[in-house]
Amino acid sequence: MSAVTDLERAAMESEDQRENWSGNASTGHVVEPGALDLSHNVILYLEDITVSFDGFRALNQLSLAIDAGELRCIIGPNGAGKTTMMDVITGKTRPDSGRAFFGQTIDLTRLTEPQIAHAGIGRKFQKPTIFEQHSAFENLELAMKADKRVRRTLFAQLFDDDRDRIAEVLTQIRLDREADRPAGLLSHGQKQWLEIGMLLMQEPKLLLLDEPVAGMTDDETERTAELFVSLAGKHSLVVVEHDMAFVEALGGKVTVLCEGSVLAEGDLAEVQEDPRVIEVYLGR
Amino acid sequence: MRTPLTLRILQSTPRAGWIALAIFAALAWIAVPVAHAVLPDTHPLHLSAYTVSLLGKILCYMVVAVAMDLIWGYAGILSLGHGLFFALGGYAFGMYLMRQIGRDGSYQSDLPDFMVFLDWKELPWYWAGSDSFLWTLLLVVAVPGLVAFVFGWFAFRSRIKGVYFSIITQALTYAAMLLFFRNETGFGGNNGFTDFKRILGYAITSPEMRATLFALSAALLVASLVLGRYLVTSRFGRVLAAIRDAESRVMFIGYNPLHYKLFMWTLSAVLCGLAGALYVPQVGIINPSEMSAANSIEIAVWVAVGGRGTLVGAVLGAGIVNLAKSWFTMSFPEYWPFFLGFLFIAVTLYLPDGVVGLWRRLCARKAAVPDAPPVPAARRDARPVSAARPPVKDPSDLPAAKGAEA
Repeated sequence: MSAVTDLERAAMESEDQRENWSGNASTGHVVEPGALDLSHNVILYLEDITVSFDGFRALNQLSLAIDAGELRCIIGPNGAGKTTMMDVITGKTRPDSGRAFFGQTIDLTRLTEPQIAHAGIGRKFQKPTIFEQHSAFENLELAMKADKRVRRTLFAQLFDDDRDRIAEVLTQIRLDREADRPAGLLSHGQKQWLEIGMLLMQEPKLLLLDEPVAGMTDDETERTAELFVSLAGKHSLVVVEHDMAFVEALGGKVTVLCEGSVLAEGDLAEVQEDPRVIEVYLGR
Repeated sequence: MRTPLTLRILQSTPRAGWIALAIFAALAWIAVPVAHAVLPDTHPLHLSAYTVSLLGKILCYMVVAVAMDLIWGYAGILSLGHGLFFALGGYAFGMYLMRQIGRDGSYQSDLPDFMVFLDWKELPWYWAGSDSFLWTLLLVVAVPGLVAFVFGWFAFRSRIKGVYFSIITQALTYAAMLLFFRNETGFGGNNGFTDFKRILGYAITSPEMRATLFALSAALLVASLVLGRYLVTSRFGRVLAAIRDAESRVMFIGYNPLHYKLFMWTLSAVLCGLAGALYVPQVGIINPSEMSAANSIEIAVWVAVGGRGTLVGAVLGAGIVNLAKSWFTMSFPEYWPFFLGFLFIAVTLYLPDGVVGLWRRLCARKAAVPDAPPVPAARRDARPVSAARPPVKDPSDLPAAKGAEA
């Protein structure tokens, strides 16, 4: 057990250090191992990432940089490598080559999934994955930022602060009336929101959202856009989406992926006028 | 602000549960010992040695069922090798029992009879310390715990799941059985250990010793139920059930499922080991057949019959199946395997949530007659971590939603 707890301890320490770091950010640039370093105002770097599955290049020398506090939309046709890119960032898939850095110093290709989550990256899946047997409240409780080692959860208690925090997020995601319902009984849109709420409970620095409004009604989509816009600045968001109205409502910079690499980048209007983008979307 | 742990353990078992446990404890710690060891043989309420050891044996099985439910019902990991941990605990304690025979064996040797028979001159190294009661207690916990920890470490780290995991555990117990069948292994080969005489110098067949072993088995059952209830109502239990339902999500919110599974798996094995250690002196024999594949499968059947993910269901299931087995093997011994198979099929088809699930359904139906929605009541019973799976339809599985996503 000791080898593993060492790893986890390292992850926890890095978290502590990060808090210290943000506390005395004015003391100048000191590189602290494991701490999120935003000194160049960039939260995520992907450099020449290549991933192949049985010879098929899902990602082909993909390079991308996300600024701290940015709201970025990623669009692209099916099979462009959007989900694979998310997998690489969250440690689910290891790249064959290339570099992935969280801030200036954290090498994502060397960390496991839970370590990456501890470092401050939260992910929402394409299909909502929530704990269907648990209530909405319990879903948020489990996601809450806390010491997630076995010996802590064995004796963990919910304090009033925690309850307040959960209640706050429940209101934010409009599920305060559904707190005690088993999450499996929620509507599709509500499940999507619950998953977003779980991300928020982790207080991540970077949120990855894979098709967050899939299956939502127009009204729900609109409210989700409002929520995301309000989150930008405090968090950095990367949103993968097909729904152009939603992308427009978010209003951030747009990156177009195609065949595993970046095809175009800029405002939505700019990108939509790019002839290569038009060809990819309409030409075939 | 912070609630003391003892209070939280008290709160984790509902009031009705404590009342049931108190009644059970009164029966097991007072009524049965008195009926067996104090009342004369001729008294109508006297319990025979056969009955007490049969009941004691079933109590040990119930502990195994609780251990199985913790790992299967709550963590979703079906082990078909729990008989191994039970047998390892039994063998560890059996070694001590063999040494307690002293020179009273058939060969009047310091060595256990089977070693004399094999013409061994001294004890193998791993028998060192087996005459010490404390060392034996340590072994009873450590051997199943260590085997489970090492096996679980490799299996869970490789993310082996579902039926593959079950098959490997089955192979593990089978391999261990073959190993223990060999005389050279040093555990008595296919005869195992038997002819026990004493524990701590007291005769093993005395009514007092039987009553004590019975009371200890009952205590272990109570302890494992209370501990189990605490675990499954703690945040740990919710994480465990979350791993069962959506493991990748658990990882992405920062828990390492490996540690959670490993902890529960090892604890479950240790409970089985303790139960095995109490089982062996009560039935008077331990041999490799305890590690047979069928034995481990039977443990899963107990839990399935009682109802997975309920703890109390595991206890009921172990009780029902074993009482039925005792009766069947006396009345129609040749039909028992058929009955067991029939039972398993019937439970899978008609009682997916076991006896406890049936009980809850009946209660929900009764409640539904005056009230409109029956679902919330049943759900509230099942909280906080329920293994009862409501037929939740995921809208994303519907063709319409699929089209909307694409």
